[in-house]
Amino acid sequence: MFLAWERLCTLSCRPKFLKTVWASKILGLSTSAGEDSNPGWGTKIPPATQHGKKMSLRFKNAKRIEGLDSNIWIEFTKLAADPSVVNLGQGLPDISPPVYVKEELSKIAAIDNLNQYTRGFGHPSLVKALSCLYEKFYHNKINPNEEILVTVGAYGSLFNAIQGLIDEGDEVIVIVPFFDCYESMVRMAGATPVFVPLRCKPVDGKKCSSSDWTLDPQELASKFNSKTKAIILNTPHNPLGKVYTKEELQVIADLCIKYDTLCISDEVYEWLVYTGNKHFKIATFPGMWERTITIGSAGKTFSVTGWKLGWSIGPKHLIKHLQTVQQNTVYTCATPLQEALAQAFWIDIKRMDDPECYFNSLPKELEVKRDRMVHLLESVGLKSIVPDGGYFIIADVSMLDVDLLDMKDSNEPYDYKFVKWMIKNKKLSAIPVSAFCNAETKSQFEKFVRFCFIKKDSTLDAAEEIIKAWSRQNS
Amino acid sequence: MESSLCPKMCGVRAGRWATPGWWRGEEPCSSPPPGGADTEAVVTEQLPPQSEPRLTLHLLCLQLTLCLLCCLQLTMAKRLQAQRLDGIDYSPRVEFVQLASEEADVVNLGQGFPDFSPPEFAVEAFQHAVSGDFMLNQYTKAFGYPPLTKILASFFGKLLGQEIDPLKNVLVTVGAYGALFTAFQALVDEGDEVIIIEPFFDCYEPMTLMAGGRPVFVSLKPSPTQKGEPDSSSNWQLDPTELASKFTSRTKAFILNTPNNPLGKVFSKEELELVASLCQQHDVVCISDEVYQWMVFDGFQHISIASLPGMWERTLTIGSAGKTFSVTGWKVGWVLGPDSLMKHLRTVHQNSVYHCATQGQAAVAQSFEREQLHFGRPSSYFVQLPQYIQRCRDHMIQSLQSMGFRPVTPQGSYFLITDISDFKNKMPDLPGAADEPYDRRFVKWMIKNKGLVAIPMSIFFSLPHQKFFDHYIRFCFVKDESTLRAMDQKLQKWKAELTP
Repeated sequence: MFLAWERLCTLSCRPKFLKTVWASKILGLSTSAGEDSNPGWGTKIPPATQHGKKMSLRFKNAKRIEGLDSNIWIEFTKLAADPSVVNLGQGLPDISPPVYVKEELSKIAAIDNLNQYTRGFGHPSLVKALSCLYEKFYHNKINPNEEILVTVGAYGSLFNAIQGLIDEGDEVIVIVPFFDCYESMVRMAGATPVFVPLRCKPVDGKKCSSSDWTLDPQELASKFNSKTKAIILNTPHNPLGKVYTKEELQVIADLCIKYDTLCISDEVYEWLVYTGNKHFKIATFPGMWERTITIGSAGKTFSVTGWKLGWSIGPKHLIKHLQTVQQNTVYTCATPLQEALAQAFWIDIKRMDDPECYFNSLPKELEVKRDRMVHLLESVGLKSIVPDGGYFIIADVSMLDVDLLDMKDSNEPYDYKFVKWMIKNKKLSAIPVSAFCNAETKSQFEKFVRFCFIKKDSTLDAAEEIIKAWSRQNS
Repeated sequence: MESSLCPKMCGVRAGRWATPGWWRGEEPCSSPPPGGADTEAVVTEQLPPQSEPRLTLHLLCLQLTLCLLCCLQLTMAKRLQAQRLDGIDYSPRVEFVQLASEEADVVNLGQGFPDFSPPEFAVEAFQHAVSGDFMLNQYTKAFGYPPLTKILASFFGKLLGQEIDPLKNVLVTVGAYGALFTAFQALVDEGDEVIIIEPFFDCYEPMTLMAGGRPVFVSLKPSPTQKGEPDSSSNWQLDPTELASKFTSRTKAFILNTPNNPLGKVFSKEELELVASLCQQHDVVCISDEVYQWMVFDGFQHISIASLPGMWERTLTIGSAGKTFSVTGWKVGWVLGPDSLMKHLRTVHQNSVYHCATQGQAAVAQSFEREQLHFGRPSSYFVQLPQYIQRCRDHMIQSLQSMGFRPVTPQGSYFLITDISDFKNKMPDLPGAADEPYDRRFVKWMIKNKGLVAIPMSIFFSLPHQKFFDHYIRFCFVKDESTLRAMDQKLQKWKAELTP
């Protein structure tokens, strides 16, 4: 019955003017005169050949992704996926998100119309909540529709900002070490990353801290020129944990204003700032709102990295270009997750001064873990850089003097080899810090590895056992 | 002084340093440069008013010098937004969706989303994903949550008659929309040609442009119908000669959408075979958007072009959980294809979104696992949904016909288009911009005055062809019974207003 129906449709719908001979000619196939006038669509077409040789597939990738195929996370996440490995590598909490956050998502999963598309640039209740929250920090009102964009994680915000505002031939200043996607995203946009390293100026006798790592103002200024389109700032910083001071940000702001440069400020760890430090938003500095995109992350704010929701906040004349990218890339983000995030925000917005507010309780919880890690690393003679913020700590492993001669790929930096060796032999994973460096600066950072400490106590206990046993082995 | 030299008169932005604040998007000449700014300023001099003849020559020389400097600045001029956004900032679909959301008491038959509940098993799957293992709140594998890539590989492997590796041949994306973007960015280079069949889902064109590609259009055209006979999407066809002529040595990709949005056409095997042979002959990648693959009516059959001989190795097949399980808000999509192509999509993915949300993927995996057990049986959602939607389609067709609309019966998809020529003849002068196509003016008028939302068909055509199709509008019929009844009420009221 189905076949008869199909044949009927084919017969009745065939355009009368098509002939087999036309189809054959199109394909360069010879056709004998007087071929029956069976119209074109019914013709069986032989496999493509030209001069008897099969065409080779020439599916080269687009130039924009040339050289961007390797990815540190793919490589090291795979290695650490072994369940017997204690994973302090990827920045992924193994603690539970707050109960009320999970509860909100659970409630929302039962609401019918939240299973369908929402507003492309951000679910209305979420952009309203974000506007309400961040107005407390900015000196101006934030229009939820025009000055906020919800993206697929902060990663998506970075992508939208760079694709929307950075052009081929532009220069973008990237501070080393850097979250690795900054370089690849800038290159994908056809622009040139210009690197400027943070340099360590330790004070004798004092514990090494992330605040010891600073930019040389003159060196920084030398990187700006007429081609500089933007600078990417990350505070609190990954992997160092540096929280830029007001004075440091002022230097950057002054240069941005002087050279009329944009600032893309990645502030995903904005709530994770430890005692004695304060997070400053560069967009609140005079002259900066109009040239800054500030990026935030639900994943880092509420320990829900798997929700993949982030946001960009900025002036309309910048955000509108990120919105253009959005409508031509993903169009919209997931609805139920946005609604749940909005509800979670409302709960905490109402109790910002309360110690129970997650923006206060999480950094308190993490500071304890940070101190534990510092102490642990110190106890085995590893020099760590005490982070002022974020949930990573980097340590100098060169003094362990591990024999890595049997590691293949001797071209790899020391820390890559070290981490691979450590995963294999000690069942402990970390991330090599030179992964956060450009080719030229890798050697400056190759003795450091990065540990993530947003982990439950049992994970840190397991790490402690491994590190202590290792130390006993060495002594 | 500066304004007379400023290239604004040529309609071009002035050099960056002519007026700091270029990134404000302000007209370069509207604000003077701040005093004392330490910039590579274009030299502007405030000359005292002079009327002596020898100073006229001096002024002319100065003007010419400044003009030259300004031109040099122009070549170094810094735009605010990236050039890749040129021509793609405005989206009529976004505009009409926004319009619909602003009006009260309208029946929304515009944007393509169901307003009925998703199937219970899908809702349960999501509830399970969000209340089960708390680690599902964290990142999963970048290229896809493993249980999802596994089930997609096995489910579609059977359908396509192909061995599909979950790691090499499957990529999970942020909706099918994200899949399309990833494919374009991975494969389309500056100057590459991309063949797009009109009418097309409107994002294909801007995505091609954003990748620096050149869209090449080939139209589906309706054959004349017998008098009184309703038009059908199967009646809209490509001319094989015309189709073949669109392939050149610069053709990189061919975008196929079957079932087609907005027309509802389900490409036949013969039509796909011709496309396939042309793609093979010209060594072109086929990007096949098959989001509506289960939405097929009247016994027509969806065929994936990747299942045709010689096509798996050059085809990217795109699917959507949103359309498959009536959960458009979950934004889970996927691409299936050979590793030689997929590796490039993975590179784009890891440099754009990197991961997709975990719980949505877990829910989709569980939903597919359920469907795999019921596949081909009456209990399958992929059997029940098209049956229900076909009834919606038929209901809408009947209601529209009674109003004097002439709907084109779709073989598949969420949508039908309807000819509004009679309305165009009776009320040709609806409010709108002078060059605004009639169908857009009609839809805006209809939203405001008749409380019905549709999408104008011209937005699915390339600019030069829009005027030929401005007598069609698109309705989405994947709606609850109550919505269709509300539609009937609006139509009846409208009809009553027409009869004196």
